[in-house]
Amino acid sequence: MNDQTIPPAAERAAALQGLGSSRKRVEDARFTQGKGNYVDDIKLPGMLFGDFARSSHGHARIKSINKEAALAVPGVIAVLTAEDLKPLNLHYMPTLAGDVQAVLADEKVLFQNQEIAFVVAEDRYAAADGVELIEVEYEELPALVDPFKAMDDDAPLLREDIKDKMDGAHGPRKHYNHIFYWEEGDKEGTDKALAESDVVVEELITYPRCHPSPIETCGCVASMDKINGKLTIWGTFQAPHAVRTVASLITNIAEHNIRIVSPDIGGGFGNKVGVYPGYICAAVASIVTGVPVKWIEDKIENLTATAFARDYHMTGKIGATKDGKITALSCNVLADHGAFDACADPTQFPAGFFSICTGSYDIPVAHCGVDGVYTNKAPGGVAYRCSFRVTEAAYMIERMIDILARKMDMDPAELRMKNFIKKEQFPYTSALGWEYDSGDYHTAMEKAMETVGYKALRAEQVENRAAFARGETRALMGVGVAFFTEIVGAGPVKNCDILGLGMFDSCEIRIHPTGSAIARVGTISQGQGHATTFPQILASEIGLPAEDITVEEGDTDTAPYGLGTYGSRTTPVAGAAAAMAGRKIRAKAQMIAAYLLEVHDGDLEWDVDRFQVKGNPEKFKTMKELAFAAYSQAIPGIEPGLEAVSYYDPPNMTYPFGAYICVVDVDVDTGVVDVRRFYALDDCGTRINPMIIEGQVHGGLTEALAIAMGQEISYDAMGNVKGGSLMDYYLPTAVETPVWETDHTVTPSPHHPIGAKGVGESPNVGGVPAFSNAVNDAFAHLGLTHTQMPHDHWRVWQTAQRLGVTG
Amino acid sequence: MIPGSFDYHRPASLDAAISLLASLGEEARVVAGGHSLIPMMKLRMAVPEHLIDLQDIDDLKGIAINAGTITIGAMTTQAELIASAELESACPIIKETALLIADPQVRNVGTIGGNVANGDPGNDMPALMQALDAQYVLQGSGGSREVSARDFYEAAYFTAIEDGEILTAVRFATPAAGHGYAYFKQKRKIGDYATAAAAVILTIDGGTCSSASIALTNVGDTPLFAQAAGEALIGSSLDQGAVAAAVEAAKAITDPVADGRGPAGFRTHIAGVMVGRAIACAAERAN
Ligand SMILES: Cc1cc2nc3c(=O)[nH]c(=O)nc-3n(C[C@H](O)[C@H](O)[C@H](O)COP(=O)(O)OP(=O)(O)OC[C@H]3O[C@@H](n4cnc5c(N)ncnc54)[C@H](O)[C@@H]3O)c2cc1C
Repeated sequence: MNDQTIPPAAERAAALQGLGSSRKRVEDARFTQGKGNYVDDIKLPGMLFGDFARSSHGHARIKSINKEAALAVPGVIAVLTAEDLKPLNLHYMPTLAGDVQAVLADEKVLFQNQEIAFVVAEDRYAAADGVELIEVEYEELPALVDPFKAMDDDAPLLREDIKDKMDGAHGPRKHYNHIFYWEEGDKEGTDKALAESDVVVEELITYPRCHPSPIETCGCVASMDKINGKLTIWGTFQAPHAVRTVASLITNIAEHNIRIVSPDIGGGFGNKVGVYPGYICAAVASIVTGVPVKWIEDKIENLTATAFARDYHMTGKIGATKDGKITALSCNVLADHGAFDACADPTQFPAGFFSICTGSYDIPVAHCGVDGVYTNKAPGGVAYRCSFRVTEAAYMIERMIDILARKMDMDPAELRMKNFIKKEQFPYTSALGWEYDSGDYHTAMEKAMETVGYKALRAEQVENRAAFARGETRALMGVGVAFFTEIVGAGPVKNCDILGLGMFDSCEIRIHPTGSAIARVGTISQGQGHATTFPQILASEIGLPAEDITVEEGDTDTAPYGLGTYGSRTTPVAGAAAAMAGRKIRAKAQMIAAYLLEVHDGDLEWDVDRFQVKGNPEKFKTMKELAFAAYSQAIPGIEPGLEAVSYYDPPNMTYPFGAYICVVDVDVDTGVVDVRRFYALDDCGTRINPMIIEGQVHGGLTEALAIAMGQEISYDAMGNVKGGSLMDYYLPTAVETPVWETDHTVTPSPHHPIGAKGVGESPNVGGVPAFSNAVNDAFAHLGLTHTQMPHDHWRVWQTAQRLGVTG
Repeated sequence: MIPGSFDYHRPASLDAAISLLASLGEEARVVAGGHSLIPMMKLRMAVPEHLIDLQDIDDLKGIAINAGTITIGAMTTQAELIASAELESACPIIKETALLIADPQVRNVGTIGGNVANGDPGNDMPALMQALDAQYVLQGSGGSREVSARDFYEAAYFTAIEDGEILTAVRFATPAAGHGYAYFKQKRKIGDYATAAAAVILTIDGGTCSSASIALTNVGDTPLFAQAAGEALIGSSLDQGAVAAAVEAAKAITDPVADGRGPAGFRTHIAGVMVGRAIACAAERAN
């Protein structure tokens, strides 16, 4: 063959649209045309609709439930209460955190909007009318709202169902409202180091209760086929296989007779990891009625009853030498878990990976302890666009570093640079036991500071403060720096499981004879663009164009077993499985090529999309040719076909990081914070699709803005949830959202097959402290150490007033 | 979030609507853009048995500017208010205010009649109508009458409108040429009602403020016409002292509730800031 007919390698690589290509999202064609297929789009013949009657109280005994009027509504078929579920032993369900949760309130309600009765009707209108007519008689009980009072001697007893069970899922319970105590690190050593430090700062840092609030709420359609005994549930599940196994365990339906399907999902952010009463009730209702039953939450139900996030009250203490070298960190957390412990964490980690709280710093000794308590609030504690409790940890350490800098009168960026783990220290084992895979923090920070003109910003701030003092402006400028290290990609089966299921993930590839392919993975996209990025990984591994590779996920009857998508685990775990499966395909293809080219397989080398004879590139077989050969030729010693499966158990987590800088102007008269500038440098290792990364960063930063500036689910003293609708709950629109500047460095993960680390959640983790540090920084010269989130108009104005600058 | 059941009526004329309203009685409500009423129905805070949709009644639509009077039909949408070049040149504060209401989707269907008849102190148009000294034209089976916007609001969701009446138009004198105006609203996000908002309309003659009217949104259980605040400006050069007096007079009549926007004291404070800033802006615009 003639040299000129072979296009250069770079050209062939570009045509594949593999790693590094900003190929457009293939799923957007259907989303932008309104052709997505979400759970509420599923309509089955004879389908009924279920809706919940919910508690109007935060804490009350149920004296009676009267279903009569509801049952009289035309179209209402049935009303389920705890009494109906008891014979099936389904009135409680296991949570992912080793607790149980009432499916329908049993004798008591423990939070406002708790599920009490499930009304099943011919359509959702009749169901809603039925719900209105459920009469519940309550005897009100004192509500426990303040987590700091949960373990008081005279605190109201919340969980009567487990009051005598003082041995919890994570060790002994200290009090009837206590869930667990979990600690990591060297307490004695930390206390000693703190006592000997030149400087120590301590602060209570609260990360308020908020909610992921995906655009699509939770819901499902359950369909029991009484002929073949198969239960199919379509639902908003971030982890369909885990749901199947759990469903099998709690219903005793054999696992092969359960099919879980996640259709298109309109955002999850952790909210769709858990199991909700609606899923159980819809399934029971379908089993009882023999027809499909749909349950879809509305926005208020989603915000007030399905899993919340955060609610961590963190007392950080950090010590340093007089020249600013950090000596020790301690952190004690009071974690408000609501009425049931329904956190979604790997089993051995009741506080998630909170012990990543030493952050990006080389801290010699540290200790953290977390007490989880029950309160009369909705259950949850999910990772809202973050790996388990990582955003809480990052917020705590990044605020503490700023507080320390203030105390020492040092520039916060300089203090960070001084304490960063150095490039040559990786792999680095933190004081709390994590092995950080790779990092180059100094380079990232320097690049960020240079790009934003950090020195000039600080000079401008000096000017601004002088002008403010002279009465020439009423706006204070704040500069927020945050440098986060995440821990994602859960995780190694040796220590990461959910209800005993190891957190590996999987990929199965089938190459078709004509050289296109289908890949199935154990994850499920909720907007991350899996249908676009998995083919890119495979294109680079197997040399077929990304556009010729279909990705399928979310159907447990066809997808290989996997633990789903959350905690930025898809690329680190399933992405690795895809690469490994691709390599198996390539290995077989190499044998075929050797046969066809009549050389020893060792004499072949891979070149983008083909095997060629070493030193003789004109002699080659493309992957497309090899695929056809696999199905058309009898090759001695090689089975026909070209397929591979990989189950990937990651050897370690991955540790993405980034440097974020935010500039705000705070109007002290109104409390309005204007985000003038936001720069985000992310290092997620190898970049699969830069455009998708940018999109993920934009979305995550917008959520971070929302959390820092306004999101809060709060309760009054009676346990009434305040602001549980989108009227109050802060979802910023394009108008409130600033322009995001994105940037990157690339420090590949040494243990991941393609060096990728995951990025979906970084901007939420790093963004929140950057915003919060900026607001705090605006007032720093007036003596402010710390002001709590969210930084809404009122709280910011209150801070200004407290500092005496509101005039 | 599903309303109770109701019957839907869609009369083609005002007379038909009025007689429907009379015959169906108390359980009937008119619906205009539906963007206040339908959310309330979804929350089952309103459970009308009959909805009488006004959108096919052409007589209720349109903006007429003549002989020093501006008349806006009740069914004119907020988007139409924004789009009207004549209205913008005759009375630009209407557009400025309408643009601060919700988002384009809401403004495409929400009407001025619904906004002022609704009686929610969070609505933005009522305070503006008070500042403009508008009259509301009300028509019932007994005929037509006019009520001043300044007298119309009695308490949250209680207005001077009688059972069986429909608000057909708002009407006000075209503000003097060269008048200064501003509507300042602080809110948490697009689609939020005001933490506090202020409408200011004034004229300046040779450096002296010759007329001023000020009204406030969402800092009481009705919109508030801040008469004393306006009077504090008249005759002044809009100097610091006069503005401060106006701000204090405005704050003095507020009585907001604490809500997600902040406690009452904060909202009163913001009302003052909005008044101060709106006066400064209006003064700058006046000539
Ligand atoms: C997300 C969102 C945000 C919003 N934000 C704002 C905001 O910031 N500021 C603001 O001012 N508004 C806001 N609104 C409300 C919006 O402007 C409404 O459209 C408006 O308040 C009511 O107008 P409507 O035409 O939709 O009336 P409808 O909702 O149809 O009616 C409202 C009430 O007025 C009565 N009514 C309507 N027309 C007449 C009539 N001609 N005669 C007698 N009674 C009548 C109805 O019976 C009903 O009681 C918001 C709405 C939404 C959904």
